[in-house]
Amino acid sequence: MVWETIFLALRAIRRNVLRSSLTMLGIMIGVAAVITMVTLGSGATEQVTAEISSLGSNMLQVRPGQGVRGPGGMRTDADKFEIEDAEAISREVYGLVAVAPTANRSTQAISGNKNWPTSIMGTTNDYLKVRDWQLENGRAFTQNELRSGNTVCLLGTTVRDELFGDKDPVGVRIRLQRLSCQVIGVLESKGLSNFGQDRDDIVLVPLRTFQRRIAGNIDVNDIYVSAQDGISTETIQANIEDLMRERRDIVAGQDDDFHVRDMQEIVSTLTSTTRILTALLSAVAAVSLLVGGIGIMNIMLVSVTERTREIGTRLAIGALEREVLMQFLIEAVVLSSFGGIVGIILGLAAAAAGSNMLGMPFVLNPGIIVIAFVFSAAIGVIFGFFPARQAARLDPIEALRHE
Amino acid sequence: MNMKNIDTATSQSLIELQGITKVYGSDSVAVHALAGVDLQIDAGEFVAVMGPSGSGKSTCMNILGCLDTPTGGVYRFRGLDVGTLTRDQRALLRRNYLGFVFQGFNLLNRTSALENVELPLIYRGVASCERHRHARRALELVGLAGWESHTPGELSGGQQQRVAIARAIVIEPEVLMADEPTGNLDSTRSREIMELLQSFNTEHGITIVMVTHDAEMARYAKRTIHFLDGRIASVQHNGGQA
Repeated sequence: MVWETIFLALRAIRRNVLRSSLTMLGIMIGVAAVITMVTLGSGATEQVTAEISSLGSNMLQVRPGQGVRGPGGMRTDADKFEIEDAEAISREVYGLVAVAPTANRSTQAISGNKNWPTSIMGTTNDYLKVRDWQLENGRAFTQNELRSGNTVCLLGTTVRDELFGDKDPVGVRIRLQRLSCQVIGVLESKGLSNFGQDRDDIVLVPLRTFQRRIAGNIDVNDIYVSAQDGISTETIQANIEDLMRERRDIVAGQDDDFHVRDMQEIVSTLTSTTRILTALLSAVAAVSLLVGGIGIMNIMLVSVTERTREIGTRLAIGALEREVLMQFLIEAVVLSSFGGIVGIILGLAAAAAGSNMLGMPFVLNPGIIVIAFVFSAAIGVIFGFFPARQAARLDPIEALRHE
Repeated sequence: MNMKNIDTATSQSLIELQGITKVYGSDSVAVHALAGVDLQIDAGEFVAVMGPSGSGKSTCMNILGCLDTPTGGVYRFRGLDVGTLTRDQRALLRRNYLGFVFQGFNLLNRTSALENVELPLIYRGVASCERHRHARRALELVGLAGWESHTPGELSGGQQQRVAIARAIVIEPEVLMADEPTGNLDSTRSREIMELLQSFNTEHGITIVMVTHDAEMARYAKRTIHFLDGRIASVQHNGGQA
């Protein structure tokens, strides 16, 4: 009997393909949105986790201004750091592997007739150590080059590709603003970051070169610090905070005008952003599912009215109330769960395309697929019940007389 | 009396109405559709019910078909008091003992003749291959062998009514309830349908109760009951010739 009814429902749906697909659209969009978001979300989480473990979770970032979470958000008018701050950190904080002061600016890199807008960063070899960044070829800066601010640079692979194509750039001079600069090495490719930035679109120069020849000041934007294994980043974070408060003359009770973030914090910022996004889209999906459910209810009510004579005939022939109820309920469930299945397929396709585009891993989450399917079927039951009950409670005499 | 009836309900008739009344609405706006109907129909009879609109013949048919319940009086079907049955019990009674033929055919659209005929068997829980066999046989009996896969839209009115008759007789009912079965057909088709019904009555012993407007169609029945103002006005016996 149940199989008969499912078969019957499928036929009723096939009779009116356009109407059925429009009815399913709401469910389809809702389910697809949920599947896409959850799949992309778990892909992002996995990527971040993988990245953290590859970086080692022992990197800290010191930047001027308050943390993003402070009241009123980021303060940009805080004093910049100077190179001496980085030196003080490396001298006075125990347990550090590397301390890398950095300063950066967007600029054009020019070689011959090629021209590429990129980001130029002044720093030291410690930056490569903190970031665990190897060289593809060439060499890093020498102590002499760093000390005297020579015009040498390291290229990210994107910049190399744009300016030189397949050719080896080492030894060639490129122009950064008015500065002519010799390429001494190429950094290995790091790909996209979690925020979708191309981390290979960069030119590194010695910090002193950057300050004197490009920025024309002695500012340091960020200081990256790498802790030794087995030393708690919390302790280091606290030590750096104490040291910087002292150096920047911040009295007790006054807010910091700088911020020390460890990777864990960066990760949690990222995941909380993802979570907010997921929650937002889930809300959209919920509304869409609700609308989809109402759409199914609407079309089932229309269907019951249209098929009043059929229902009358069935009742006259001897169909029980619950048999008619089941017939229409199953029809609603078949509609909604079919919409759910299509939505799952669309959602997975969108997630696959999205993760491909964002360079993230595609993580299949079987749990959410099962939940999405069960949920869409449940919507059929909930929103199909009222029309089905109406059909089942029809008076056969009235129904047979219906035009 | 038909042989078929002897073992079932002693000396009782197949259908027995005693003082049946049906009132719609209440108090001052009450409409007395039936005002005390006594009627007995024996197994194997072919009864035509006639009367002007509003005479109560349709109401009586609905009660006889267990689609409606009387306000007063007793309706016994095979000795069973139908008035005491629940809605579902009446549905089961229809499912097992009654076949229905309607004026408007009431076939399922875009559904083949065979599947239409199978419909009552589905509710009876008959297995798929059994259903096909019975439905094919029923279509054969109404002269539609070879038309099994045609949908109602591809059939003429007369053919559609034959499908409907096949659907009614496929369960081998005690009683076939026909509500103006020729109302939508021309005179030639009407005679064909009536001859078909008559053959089921004489050859298969199916009791038939038929509402009709047309005196010519009523002549196929063995007995014609005339309704007027919610009462049986007259009963006329006519050997059952055309």
